[in-house]
Amino acid sequence: MAPEPPLLSMSGITKSFPGVRALDGVDLDVQAGEVHCLLGQNGAGKSTLIKVLAGAHQPDDGTISWRGEPVTLRSPIVAMRLGIATIYQELDLVEHLSVAENVHLGHEPTAAGFVVRGKAAKASTAALLKRLGHPEVEPGRLVGELSAAQQQIVSMARALSHDVRLIVMDEPSAALDPEEVDNLFRIVGDLTADGVAVVYISHRLEEIRRIGDRVTVLKDGRAVAGGLPAKSTPTREVVALMTGRNVEYVFPERPATPRDADVAPVLEVQGLAREGEFAPVDLTVRPGEIVGLAGLVGSGRSEILETIYGARKPTAGQVIVGGSVLRPGSVRAAVRAGLGLAPEERKAQALLMLESVTRNVSVSSMSRFARGGWIDRGAELGAARAATRELSLRPDNPSVPVRTLSGGNQQKAVLARWLLRGCRVLLLDEPTRGVDVGARAELYAVIRRLADEGLAVLLVSSEVPEVLGLADRVLVLREGQVVHTAPARELDEHRVLDLVMEGAPVASASSAVDSPAAGGRGPAS
Amino acid sequence: MTQPVSPPRDSTDKVPSTGQLPAWRTTVARADVRTLSLLGVLAALIVVGGITKPDEFLDTRNLQLVLTQGSVIGVVTVGMTFVIMSGGIDLSVGAIVALASVWATTVATQEYGFAGILFTAVLVGVGCGLVNGLLIAYGGMVPFIATLAMLASARGLALQITDGATQIVTIDSVLDLGERDAYILGIPPLVLVFAVVTIIGWLILNRTTFGRRTVAVGGNAEAARLAGIDVRRQRLYLYLLSGLCCGIAAFLLIILSGSGQNTNGNLYELDAIAAAIIGGTLLSGGRGTIVGSVLGVLIFTTITNIFALNNLQSDVQQIAKGAIIVAAVLVQRRTASTT
Ligand SMILES: Nc1ncnc2c1ncn2[C@@H]1O[C@H](COP(=O)(O)OP(=O)(O)OP(=O)(O)O)[C@@H](O)[C@H]1O
Ligand SMILES: [Mg+2]
Repeated sequence: MAPEPPLLSMSGITKSFPGVRALDGVDLDVQAGEVHCLLGQNGAGKSTLIKVLAGAHQPDDGTISWRGEPVTLRSPIVAMRLGIATIYQELDLVEHLSVAENVHLGHEPTAAGFVVRGKAAKASTAALLKRLGHPEVEPGRLVGELSAAQQQIVSMARALSHDVRLIVMDEPSAALDPEEVDNLFRIVGDLTADGVAVVYISHRLEEIRRIGDRVTVLKDGRAVAGGLPAKSTPTREVVALMTGRNVEYVFPERPATPRDADVAPVLEVQGLAREGEFAPVDLTVRPGEIVGLAGLVGSGRSEILETIYGARKPTAGQVIVGGSVLRPGSVRAAVRAGLGLAPEERKAQALLMLESVTRNVSVSSMSRFARGGWIDRGAELGAARAATRELSLRPDNPSVPVRTLSGGNQQKAVLARWLLRGCRVLLLDEPTRGVDVGARAELYAVIRRLADEGLAVLLVSSEVPEVLGLADRVLVLREGQVVHTAPARELDEHRVLDLVMEGAPVASASSAVDSPAAGGRGPAS
Repeated sequence: MTQPVSPPRDSTDKVPSTGQLPAWRTTVARADVRTLSLLGVLAALIVVGGITKPDEFLDTRNLQLVLTQGSVIGVVTVGMTFVIMSGGIDLSVGAIVALASVWATTVATQEYGFAGILFTAVLVGVGCGLVNGLLIAYGGMVPFIATLAMLASARGLALQITDGATQIVTIDSVLDLGERDAYILGIPPLVLVFAVVTIIGWLILNRTTFGRRTVAVGGNAEAARLAGIDVRRQRLYLYLLSGLCCGIAAFLLIILSGSGQNTNGNLYELDAIAAAIIGGTLLSGGRGTIVGSVLGVLIFTTITNIFALNNLQSDVQQIAKGAIIVAAVLVQRRTASTT
């Protein structure tokens, strides 16, 4: 039979930024009704490719055809008119506008040239949200008040408010917990059943197996494989294509000898609470120990971390570091006592987007490179370079502006900041969000090594396997309450998910110290 | 790492057009493009002045006058640049200059001589900056509102002190510095002060932790707070710095005019903000340069001078200044997006 032209066909796409060739002759074919996955390491060019597709970047070279016809995507509006919608990696919603206003931004329903406020827009927004499985989001609320997962849904609603034929999702699941991911996949299933094509980017290979039809792998701006079957290509082969080597996607070994129970904890949290966010929490972390907080998005994990760090003021309880009580609600006191936080929202809470990687990394340790306020820039650059190299941050040049880094590399810049500072207690909120498979393994190794050197780590992650694989001890949270505490070895993913979703609060079962045995855990896929 | 990367910031350096530049080189090249375009505007103005009034404009006396007049607003602009870089604004600079200049020239103050005048001017400036800083950093007021309130009350207080009269300075050592042929190290005293303030400002912004913190607070205040920077204290210091610059400027104005007046420093806030923005300072904070701001000041004073020499009214001057602000910002947007 005569093959139908693919819905979208990009060929020989090339795009350079000053100093980097982000895309170097990439081909991509997408059929109507398929889920086409894009895989690649941080900085491989995935986001750049889909920005070209969205009309946000102009390619230097290459051709794009849409349903067999060559097209030029001069601007995002042109792409949108053709039926290409994009949900970007960094959400692009206007916080001070309502849900409905965000959904209809740029194509507000009008009458006689005036924007029709209220009813029509709200009604159509409500219908979209219902279709997306989130009828509880009110169209009149401000987007800034919504949770990350709900904001994601609003982005999705915005994309669907146009007549779409192709929808691009750049790491949509990074901010979602397992239940939300299921909901997302249901939506993707509905869309493809209607003949809409989906281009899906994720670093979680198990997701790609679940919903993907075909896979294109990018490496260093080139497509090293196009249109592989998503379900039957072995994981090892995919990872080898992405990284160019065989990565053992395994968590690092826990120390063979258990940590001494008599070692005094460096971090003690006693009855810490914030009304309306989380109930009194008690926890301790000893030097060399990694403690994980597992729970759904919205269960209060990030809030607990931020309160410990002093970024939020507790309504009760106290934080004790190395035996002395911290002044509540003071980040300065926490940092001085040796706490470091890698926050959840790296762009809003951690990065100085206009500045270089060096300055982003050194910002918390400036006094170390300064004599009487004068900065020794050579020493600063050298230290920043050492810290970023340790995490294999790309590109290997800390003088570039941090905004030009890919998402995963920006995350590494935040970690490098605290690596450089050399703190006693590290609070990690979703440390591997948006970080690729190879770099993840490196990050896990770095975190474990820091712990072995005596650092205390408190880890929050939406990925249960990550918490179980990396942590020594796990606290399970549900609706702001600790419902279970146990050594990681004694838990498995199902048990944690059960506890997280419906398990009744249990008085801290056993916070006993890890017994010997227990090495690294298997691959998460 | 052995070689600290400290590229030459020589602005006359030709931007090389070789294909692959290292990343830091392109950054420097971009900064240089901005500086070069400002220098280009200044050169064009000098050509215009030289053509329209060849004898008067290019006279050394006149050029010296341009620099001297630019010194007062220039010192204010250096402080303003820091404040804007941190994401703030100081609308009260003109009023503080006025208040400091009249407080420092009252009969009572003049009894303490040269030092009394200098000390009072600086102290009044710092005091007003302290009030601004406390209200903004610890009182949680929006900078626009807090400094607007300071603008109104400082002007009011200045009027109350003078009752509208001009307070003549009788101290010879002060008046001598304002003489046409007064020089220190071969430089007119006001210009020398301006140059020193500029250099110190540049060093603070580019070489100290204070400068880094300023940029961090302006670029992303929440990230700065979570990185362990005391954002509130930094804000307080910044308004203090702006007040200090106003105090120095008030002293320069006293030297220049030999008097203190409650109408001094009129609309300085607009000129200083405009100069900083022409110089490439981002009004939302996080980016800017001292060199750019100083060039902005020189461009403004040169225009004023050329217009005055050609007997054009100040309304025409104002229109031209407005057009220049728009043009400068448009040019910068282009160079920023194409490089
Ligand atoms: N505006 C820009 N200016 C300069 N370089 C850029 C810019 N945007 C991206 N790059 C560079 O292009 C390359 C590809 O980046 P891209 O964001 O496409 O990676 P990615 O595959 O999406 O990675 P991640 O998985 O981390 O999101 C990187 O080296 C990045 O540093
Ligand atoms: Mg990306």
